[in-house]
Amino acid sequence: MIEFQNVVKRYGTHFALDDVSFKIEAGEIVGLLGPNGAGKSTAMNILTGYLAATSGRILVDGIDAVGSPIDVRRKIGYLPEQPPLYPEMTVDEYLSFVYSLKGCTLNKKKHLEEIMRLTQITDVRSRLISHLSKGYRQRVGIAEALVGDPPILIFDEPTVGLDPKQIIEIRSLLRALSKKHTVLLSTHILSEVQAVCRRVIVINRGKIVANERTEDMTRTLDEERCFRAEIVGPSKEVLSFLRNKSGVKRVEMVSSSQESETNVYEIDAEKGVDVRKTIFFACADNRWPLVGLAPIGEDLESIFVRLINKSDKSATKADTRKNKSPKAE
Amino acid sequence: MRAIYLREMRAYFTTPIGYLFLAVYFLISGAVFSYSTLYSMSGDVTTYFTVMLFMDAILLPLLTMKSFSEERKQKTEQLLLTAPISLTSMVLAKFFAAYTMFFGVTCVSSLSFLILYRYAVVDTAILLGNLVALLLVGMAFIAVGVFVSSITENQLASAVGTVGILLVFLAISFLNAIIPFYPVRFVLSGISIFARYQNFLQGIFDVASLVYYLSVSAAFLFLTVRVFAKRRWN
Repeated sequence: MIEFQNVVKRYGTHFALDDVSFKIEAGEIVGLLGPNGAGKSTAMNILTGYLAATSGRILVDGIDAVGSPIDVRRKIGYLPEQPPLYPEMTVDEYLSFVYSLKGCTLNKKKHLEEIMRLTQITDVRSRLISHLSKGYRQRVGIAEALVGDPPILIFDEPTVGLDPKQIIEIRSLLRALSKKHTVLLSTHILSEVQAVCRRVIVINRGKIVANERTEDMTRTLDEERCFRAEIVGPSKEVLSFLRNKSGVKRVEMVSSSQESETNVYEIDAEKGVDVRKTIFFACADNRWPLVGLAPIGEDLESIFVRLINKSDKSATKADTRKNKSPKAE
Repeated sequence: MRAIYLREMRAYFTTPIGYLFLAVYFLISGAVFSYSTLYSMSGDVTTYFTVMLFMDAILLPLLTMKSFSEERKQKTEQLLLTAPISLTSMVLAKFFAAYTMFFGVTCVSSLSFLILYRYAVVDTAILLGNLVALLLVGMAFIAVGVFVSSITENQLASAVGTVGILLVFLAISFLNAIIPFYPVRFVLSGISIFARYQNFLQGIFDVASLVYYLSVSAAFLFLTVRVFAKRRWN
């Protein structure tokens, strides 16, 4: 449905997108994830024809986005980072403007009412956009993208600036939309991807650092787990005993308290081994009370940070290499 | 194109700018008309149209100053630029909306001349020739204004910039009088808006000037389209 082939976007010497390739199939809901300034908006702006790529090809439904931009834009509903709203218009007027701007042929009244019902803005339909709250504006922006019922929907940070209740509503709306549309959304909030998307493309410094199904990403987490255990007992003996157990990769004492003799350990497990039982029995056999055991850190959040750090490091390496051989270009 | 045109027309009348423009235009055109004809007891219509030409250079930027500047500032241009329409139709819609305002206000204010028929002998051909000339010059002025508004997101800069460019265009004919070198004079009078206008003032319908005004308008609208086309690549 959407295909990026070696897309490069360069601003002067800065690469906003550096050789980006990915594919999104029809009916998928994909999250474009990355820190601020990673190139998410640039990718979306190129896809929607707002910006042109420096090099590379973008195919939408097999149609070249540069060759026939208008055909491509007809297939796309786009909510930019800042919803493109005219403050002096009412919601009704605005949506019917968008309707005729996109040259829609659907039954206007029925179509717009359906969209307003979906995005829950029917109750503000006759109010001026300048009088609406941020949450409503965002939803009017989403409604704008839905006008004309395009097969592809692109949302640039759709939940930014909303309160938690609104975020939950928008997310369930996105999930509902993904049943009928191909959806690409960008965000820097990981839980959003986890909650909504089936696949995630992580982008950092204009490069793709990961592109996999959300489940697979979480499964990687399950395989390499890290736990925090609170054990009452002599720390030296605990450490040496646990280190000799199979399936335990690393044990470290992170804090200790003199009074209760309770020490906190971080335990890394070998890949694919559930060390929780091992820890429990080890403690039970030695009569060291195990007062706490919890998995730590390794949710999407920390994977993300790890991926980003990794790509930052390799980028710095590449940079220093470049600097060592000046005038390489 | 129709959607943008209609929205633009609505915007003139849902924001103060349209009313402000109409009020100032009617005030000035009314005053100029009264002074140039009724007060000076003259049936000559050319003074009115000459003065209005200069007034338009100052008033028309009011219509075009936010054409694209406002869209850019409010990020609504992203909606237009990602909609399934061509850049040309987007630019033309904006241009025609501003031109409709100008066309309407110029025609309506010219109705004052009906009063003049009661008191003086008016040469209808000259009157109509002048009116057509003003409507043509306005077209070029608006095209310049639309162009300037596409290169800045600041409405004030857009308005002042347009006035500046238009006044330079008009001043060329005065510069002409003091340049002793004929070839330069020839070129300058060729591109001078005012020199071209004078034929019409004398009641001559000059086809070359008609082509000139249409070309200037087309050139600036084309430049506007290029501004947007180029911005994609930046």
